[in-house]
Amino acid sequence: MKSPSDFELSRRKLLAGSAASIALTAAPSIVNAQVPAVEAAVADVSAVWKVSLTVNGAARGLTLDPRTTLLDALREHLHLTGTKKGCDHGQCGACTVIVGGRRINSCMTLAVMHEGERITTIEGLGTPENMHPMQAAFVKHDGYQCGYCTPGQICSAVAVLDEIKAGIPSHVTTDLKAPPQLSNPELRERMSGNICRCGAYSNIAEAISEVAGRPA
Amino acid sequence: MRSFTYERARTPAEAAASAMRKPDAKFIAGGTNLLDLMKLEIETPAHLIDVNGLALDKIESTQEGGLRIGALVRNTDLAADARVRRDYGVLSRALLAGASGQLRNMATTAGNLLQRTRCPYFYDTNQSCNKRKPGSGCAAIGGFSRQHAVVGASEACIATHPSDMAVAMRALDATVETVQPDGATRTIPIAEFYRLPGDTPHIETTLMPGELITAVTLPKPVGGKQIYRKVRDRASYAFALVSVAAIVQRDGTGRVALGGVAHKPWRVEAAETQMPRGAKAVAAQLLADARPTRENAFKLALAERTLGAVLAEAKG
Repeated sequence: MKSPSDFELSRRKLLAGSAASIALTAAPSIVNAQVPAVEAAVADVSAVWKVSLTVNGAARGLTLDPRTTLLDALREHLHLTGTKKGCDHGQCGACTVIVGGRRINSCMTLAVMHEGERITTIEGLGTPENMHPMQAAFVKHDGYQCGYCTPGQICSAVAVLDEIKAGIPSHVTTDLKAPPQLSNPELRERMSGNICRCGAYSNIAEAISEVAGRPA
Repeated sequence: MRSFTYERARTPAEAAASAMRKPDAKFIAGGTNLLDLMKLEIETPAHLIDVNGLALDKIESTQEGGLRIGALVRNTDLAADARVRRDYGVLSRALLAGASGQLRNMATTAGNLLQRTRCPYFYDTNQSCNKRKPGSGCAAIGGFSRQHAVVGASEACIATHPSDMAVAMRALDATVETVQPDGATRTIPIAEFYRLPGDTPHIETTLMPGELITAVTLPKPVGGKQIYRKVRDRASYAFALVSVAAIVQRDGTGRVALGGVAHKPWRVEAAETQMPRGAKAVAAQLLADARPTRENAFKLALAERTLGAVLAEAKG
């Protein structure tokens, strides 16, 4: 049986191949699913922006239509397809990435708004051979079923533990003047921006609790 | 999404001047509401002015003993600020009751004030909406109006303002600081910042074209028990059906503002004189002019009971 990582590799090659074939047939250098070729051809050159990002530790330069969301820049331009597009409206959390140490919905922000910033995606947290403790805990506790929301859940969970460590309160924090506790209700409240249609929530909470319980 | 030109503003005054010069320009900061609306082509700016580079991300003490919150301070940072948690608990609580962790990390103070209604008829471009398309009518009137306004609405619009933060700001008597396209600055008391829908529901604030919010200022702390209670369909990550921001002093006097019931945070200062007499008396005056629909009449009882729970909590 093929391992999931084999499948990922072949799928990425396929995506990269199809992007290249579009580039050959469309003269403009912008390859963006959101922009029809005709519109791109007549677009004012000043409407194209160069953006430098540091993605998973590597400097990446992109030339983008300013309409490109950070999510589309990661997926369609850098081919980092681990970050998922769920609702594309900031409601589901599947697109969660960590920017400058903070989790955000990458669908609700433009790539041009992040010039020079540090972005960590699921690919930057760990690899199949060397998983991040949060990834390993999700596997151990069955913190998913279909897996589509999982990259967002894991990026969010990693950032949640940092937020608690930094003393950022939540809606369920009882005392605003005391440091927040690492309780199950705290984790659930803080993870409410990540929807799992398979309903793996209890296992997700257990996975995060296990990582939180480890010495940092 | 419609195409737009993009610029990064270098100073607040330059941003405001640019907004005046370019037709259909919009400022973008967190983008959490604007980009959502742009994807749906409810907002179709021809020019975006990115204000994220402006140095408006500090929370500073004022000479009057209050706090000056930069327009770009993210909701997470404002809620977590030690001074806010100590002296303006109702604001911290309101912020934490809104949106999700990811959105609060992006959303800004000024952007939160300016977010648009989540009325489903405003969001559905196949429906008539006087806010989205002036003069087209209001599909919410006679439609599913469970979430809509019960007070201060008009024949043109029954939408509510979605912000939790703004309800707390109203209870705290915050002031909005702005810069205008000619470089002049002014301050707008939050009581005068939002407009009722009337027959121009598309004009939601008293900001002038091109005017940019630079800060929100809080007066010196007033103490008291500060509570924000939000009632919603889910325990987390949902807009309010009714919310109550309250500051209650030991003698039972205080302030109260409601969210989820009107086109703006709803506060009636005269009703606050009734606070020592209890929730029923306060709610009667607060909602004296209410004209609910059949579907949202429950909000009147819900507001009174939520207020009752808040006043009981304040005593305890």
